[in-house]
Amino acid sequence: MENNSGIPAAEVILDIRGLTKVFPGVKALDDVSLQVRRGSVHALIGENGAGKSTLIKILSGVYQATSGEFWFKGQKVHVEKPLDAQRLGLSVVHQEIKLVETLSVAENIFLGRPQCKSGLINWGAMRREARRMVEDLNIKLDVDMEVSRLSIAQKQIVEICKALSFNAELIIMDEPSATLTENELECLFDIIARLRSKGITVIYISHRMEEIFKVADSVSVLRDGKHIQTMPVAGIERSQLISLMVGREIGNEYPKLPARIGEVALRAEHLTNRKIHDVSFEVRHGEILGFAGLVGAGRTETVRAVFAADSLTEGSLYINGTPVKFHSVRDAIRHRIALIPEDRKEQGLVLGMSIKQNISMVDLNNVCVNGLLSGRKEQQLSIEMIEKLSIATPSEEKEVRQLSGGNQQKVVLAKWLAVDSDIVILDEPTRGIDVGAKAEIYRLIGMLAQQGKAVIMISSDMPELIGVCDRICVMREGTISGSMDREHFSQEAILDLAVS
Amino acid sequence: MVQNKARSGHLTLLHFFSDYVIIVPILLLIVIWTIIAPNFLTYNNFMNVLRQVSMVAILAAGQYFMICTGYIDFALGALVGLCGIIFAKAMVDWSLAPGLAAVVALMVGLLCELVSGTLVTNFQLPAFVATLGMMYIGRGLCYVITNSYPISKIPASVAWIGRGYIANAIPWPVAIMIGVYVIVTFVSKKTKFGRFVYATGGNREAAHLSGINVNLITKCSFLLGGLFSTLTAIILVSRLNSGQPSAGTGYEFQAVIACVMGGVSLAGGKGKAPGVILGAIFVGLLTNGMTLINVDSNWQQVVQGVVLILAITFDVYKQRRQASTR
Repeated sequence: MENNSGIPAAEVILDIRGLTKVFPGVKALDDVSLQVRRGSVHALIGENGAGKSTLIKILSGVYQATSGEFWFKGQKVHVEKPLDAQRLGLSVVHQEIKLVETLSVAENIFLGRPQCKSGLINWGAMRREARRMVEDLNIKLDVDMEVSRLSIAQKQIVEICKALSFNAELIIMDEPSATLTENELECLFDIIARLRSKGITVIYISHRMEEIFKVADSVSVLRDGKHIQTMPVAGIERSQLISLMVGREIGNEYPKLPARIGEVALRAEHLTNRKIHDVSFEVRHGEILGFAGLVGAGRTETVRAVFAADSLTEGSLYINGTPVKFHSVRDAIRHRIALIPEDRKEQGLVLGMSIKQNISMVDLNNVCVNGLLSGRKEQQLSIEMIEKLSIATPSEEKEVRQLSGGNQQKVVLAKWLAVDSDIVILDEPTRGIDVGAKAEIYRLIGMLAQQGKAVIMISSDMPELIGVCDRICVMREGTISGSMDREHFSQEAILDLAVS
Repeated sequence: MVQNKARSGHLTLLHFFSDYVIIVPILLLIVIWTIIAPNFLTYNNFMNVLRQVSMVAILAAGQYFMICTGYIDFALGALVGLCGIIFAKAMVDWSLAPGLAAVVALMVGLLCELVSGTLVTNFQLPAFVATLGMMYIGRGLCYVITNSYPISKIPASVAWIGRGYIANAIPWPVAIMIGVYVIVTFVSKKTKFGRFVYATGGNREAAHLSGINVNLITKCSFLLGGLFSTLTAIILVSRLNSGQPSAGTGYEFQAVIACVMGGVSLAGGKGKAPGVILGAIFVGLLTNGMTLINVDSNWQQVVQGVVLILAITFDVYKQRRQASTR
């Protein structure tokens, strides 16, 4: 058997040969060929739309390739549905966990194939087997626990156990880190190391570079549906990978525009409610204030409380030195605060509405003539914002549902920039969007500060916060554990404040 | 980055047809009935169809706002009954002037819907439960108030609403229906309230975080349900020349059928008001033709059920296709 990756044929567990997938109007995967070495951790990276998801869906039997083939364990395989792939020993742990919330851990692991004795479920054997698998990963987890009560990280472990129960030899993890905290991530890396030591191959997909350097042996870069390059992780530079992904050099990932930092725009004192405790901070005009912390540390809850989306039991807010009290989101908006929420699909956009209608939503008075909506004014506003933010769309009438993640995020930004707020709060503004769109959003954030707006940015991506912000507040368990100025930024210092 | 402006010309026509797909089956039905049903293609029969559908269509305007906000109101039919009884009783037993009686009936309709709306928003009850409860309360009260007997001797001065004609050609209910839909279309297209309804139904959380008072919008949709229930009730009392405790039974579902057939998505946040009138006309033509060719009325129900399922299947299929196009 020949191959071009220099891996001895016997060590290749997955050999992808010329896979192509054509959807109406778009070639999602274009003649992709690559080999994965048995027992390795193989990272797969690429911008959104590079073809990673399509590739995985073909491997796992969700899609059928238009042309090309793949060989698994030295044999050409035909995978027509996900169960075929699982039976072969090829499992996927999806980004969105697919478990039955109301069943126990053990039941989920053996879902669809309960261990039976004379036609009845053998609960003892099933629990024993599940417990053995969990312990095998060196994890403490009660297999009788209902899945709905588990954290996302624990649910992932259940998914991994489920894959192992099929005797998986290759596990594909699709952005497993997207929703994990730093601690949980470490735990995931331990599990991956353990899987590797058992000779199980892992294909690891992530947007976060530092994880790839930590966990992977080799990395394949996809771009525009094509396989660009596969290389060992040792000895490559982060910037090299990024330029392979985007096909162009990103001069500076985090362009920092000079901005004049002025008076205090927003001061919060002793904010307290069910989720946060005694949170005080201030942000100045022209300043970008970052909120770092683990997922669940109370960052989102803090900004929601500022925005009056959640109520406060105690605490006071001052805008430009004047005390204010908001009774509703509308009040906060009237005081020129904007909140770009963390989940663009669930909280930021009405997916079934057009770009135009989403952009005008916050203040319809902007597009009204004599109190009635004016289609012409609405169109003018949306075209202006589409151009300002370079949103890629054929028309402002297009439903936002049909846009890519990065463009959807830009529509959320457009919607809030259209009302010209003084204090702009961004909650995870770059989550799940590609490198190119991220850079544009950093540039926009910089421009907002330059215009004298006070910017608050929450992010779980530490390099991003360090690159973009002037000052960072770190939260831990619902309260602020410390803050630092730009000259004192370091990942270690932030992490130290974030973990107890 | 906005390109292809030139293409928007024929896109508009395409959009029109994708918004009002229902026109195709309506034309198809007209052709079929013209061929096989004698007396179908006459002015009188057509007006007859319009008059028959007008009441469900007017009620469907209320259901339309409810569905756009993301709910279905099961109580609307029962409220047609209750408001009709109140209207009739106010005129016959309390000797109120028709105008005043109509106001009293409207108050009752609005009050019931305010209760449902408050339960759904402030008490966060599922709309299914709140409106189903209100349906039983409303219908029960119809029978309690009338002791199960219809209220007759309706003053002749209200006969025109249900039985009169404008210029001896257009039945009043049809004219009212058209008036209602002109206003409803205007409200949903041109006013902030209309836009807020779509936004609330499309994504409550996003609407809330955009500063829209979603609870207020939801309550307003319920109140509009009360308004259109009362309007339908008044026409129905006049048409039947009595207050029937069973009046409006099943209207709420026929209104849902009209909405769904007219392209209003049950998922909320989507739909065009003129489509609803077309949806109602489609259902009217279907039953009218079947009656003309002597299809048994029990079978007509079966056919209506099949049509409803087909329409919703189409809606679900359309949603799924939209969700997958990226």
